[in-house]
Amino acid sequence: MMRRGVSAVVTPAVAVLLVLLASGSAFAAEASGIDTGDTAWILVSTALVMLMTPGLAFFYGGMVRSKNVLGTIMHSFIILCIMSVVWVLWGYTLAFGPDIGGFVGGLKWLGLQGVGQEPAPLAPTVPHLAFMMFQGMFAIITPALITGAFAERMKFSALVVFTVLWATFVYSPVCHWVWGGGWIGAKLGALDFAGGTVVHINSAIAAITAAVIVGKRKGYLQEAIMPHNLPMTILGAALLWFGWFGFNAGSALTSGGLASLAFVTTNTAAAAAAMSWALAEWGHRGKPTAFGAVSGAVAGLVAITPAAGFVSPLSAILIGIGAGIFCYLAVNVRPKIGYDDSLDVLGIHGVGGLWGALATGLFASTVVNPGGADGLFFGNPSLFMAQVLASVATIVYSGIATLIILKVVDWTIGLRVKEEEEVEGLDLSQHGETGYNL
Amino acid sequence: MKMVSAVIKHFRLDNVRKALTDIGVEGMTIIEVKGFGRQKGHMEVYRGVEYEVRFLPKIKIEVAVSDDKLDKVVDVIQEAARTGEIGDGKIFIYNLQDVVRIRTGERGEEAI
Repeated sequence: MMRRGVSAVVTPAVAVLLVLLASGSAFAAEASGIDTGDTAWILVSTALVMLMTPGLAFFYGGMVRSKNVLGTIMHSFIILCIMSVVWVLWGYTLAFGPDIGGFVGGLKWLGLQGVGQEPAPLAPTVPHLAFMMFQGMFAIITPALITGAFAERMKFSALVVFTVLWATFVYSPVCHWVWGGGWIGAKLGALDFAGGTVVHINSAIAAITAAVIVGKRKGYLQEAIMPHNLPMTILGAALLWFGWFGFNAGSALTSGGLASLAFVTTNTAAAAAAMSWALAEWGHRGKPTAFGAVSGAVAGLVAITPAAGFVSPLSAILIGIGAGIFCYLAVNVRPKIGYDDSLDVLGIHGVGGLWGALATGLFASTVVNPGGADGLFFGNPSLFMAQVLASVATIVYSGIATLIILKVVDWTIGLRVKEEEEVEGLDLSQHGETGYNL
Repeated sequence: MKMVSAVIKHFRLDNVRKALTDIGVEGMTIIEVKGFGRQKGHMEVYRGVEYEVRFLPKIKIEVAVSDDKLDKVVDVIQEAARTGEIGDGKIFIYNLQDVVRIRTGERGEEAI
């Protein structure tokens, strides 16, 4: 009350002056080594990557039947919320805390203690808080990607528990291996610019494991289970593409030339892959589909992710073309094998991510980025072997750990909705609402 | 009085409506329907999964007519809806027991 009385007598002009002085002194007091340009770019990139998860919600939401649209969107949206909090509490420190045996980060930064405006060694020109939040957005989208595998049949409570466990026991350790000072990044020397192994291979292997454990949707390959709103899917893909500039170019962790290179390779690969998928489809089935073109774009974005800052734009075209064709082949194989990875997480993120990780081992060039390494095509087979090893390690660990987590959730609360609820749809049975009331 | 109920292709609807108003038909009802006949369905492919779409979308129009106008109305619909391709649809004709105009309470042919 007293303070209020005092502030009331301060004229607006003086208040403005005080604010200006305060901000001026804040700049003057900026921690040494911080680059404001880098910081601005990382904060913008963080917001861009945040938008990818709602984008993914639309991408997936359009592909399911209308009775599951809200349930599917809610998977991504609630993961955005859960992971934002988990990352602050313990996710970040498990991924980036002081290395313990190359496997996981220590608890030094539990609850973000000591994570402040001073830079940390992994990103010496931006505040530690900005680096933490940028990485947090990756921790959010990775479990959200998995949800495509068990769409239209997962129990909501099971999804919540699975997400917390998976983030803790799979995402954070694998992230630590590659980026947090763990064995893949620090010792093996494998390259992963923005998350080919950590995000895409990791989520895709978890996804196929979940698709098998949760089981097929009722009526899969017998009834017509068609996408209910492909324009929504296309909007989602567009948001993913837009956000991916933050994902890849932001992973430079600076705002200079390397970010520009990653920006260009990202856009180029996405475009090349969209065209190669559509062309493959045109040749194979007679018509290029809109769904195919946007799926191809996402496949290209996935594939360029590990390579973005290590390859030339011309290599990005080749990586994109490969992604479109390989992922198109993969989704065509899915119904023949008969497993129900409903929204093709394995076909796009697994195949695209693996291709990208291997392609990094082929096309990486120190002419493009002296901080990277040369790939097989530039005379260095050891990088290619490191890429293979990093991919295999991620596949094995993610597969086994995800299997254990799924079994624990299944035995305790059950993974799948009742048959009656599945027929009714997740929107009504899990959330008590419907997406469209016309 | 008769009820003429015709299942037609979507893109012929404007043709049929114009042809009917040209001969003095003053009202009709349309419904979006799905069904199959000799045309059967078609295949749709989503990311490599093929689906047979067995029921195709059609438009059903309903026109109530007096007995003396029946033949003319049926001829006009057939002509306007026809493309000559399979899947042009069918016209069904029922006896119509009575009609009531809600505003005035008129009945029978007066109300059509």
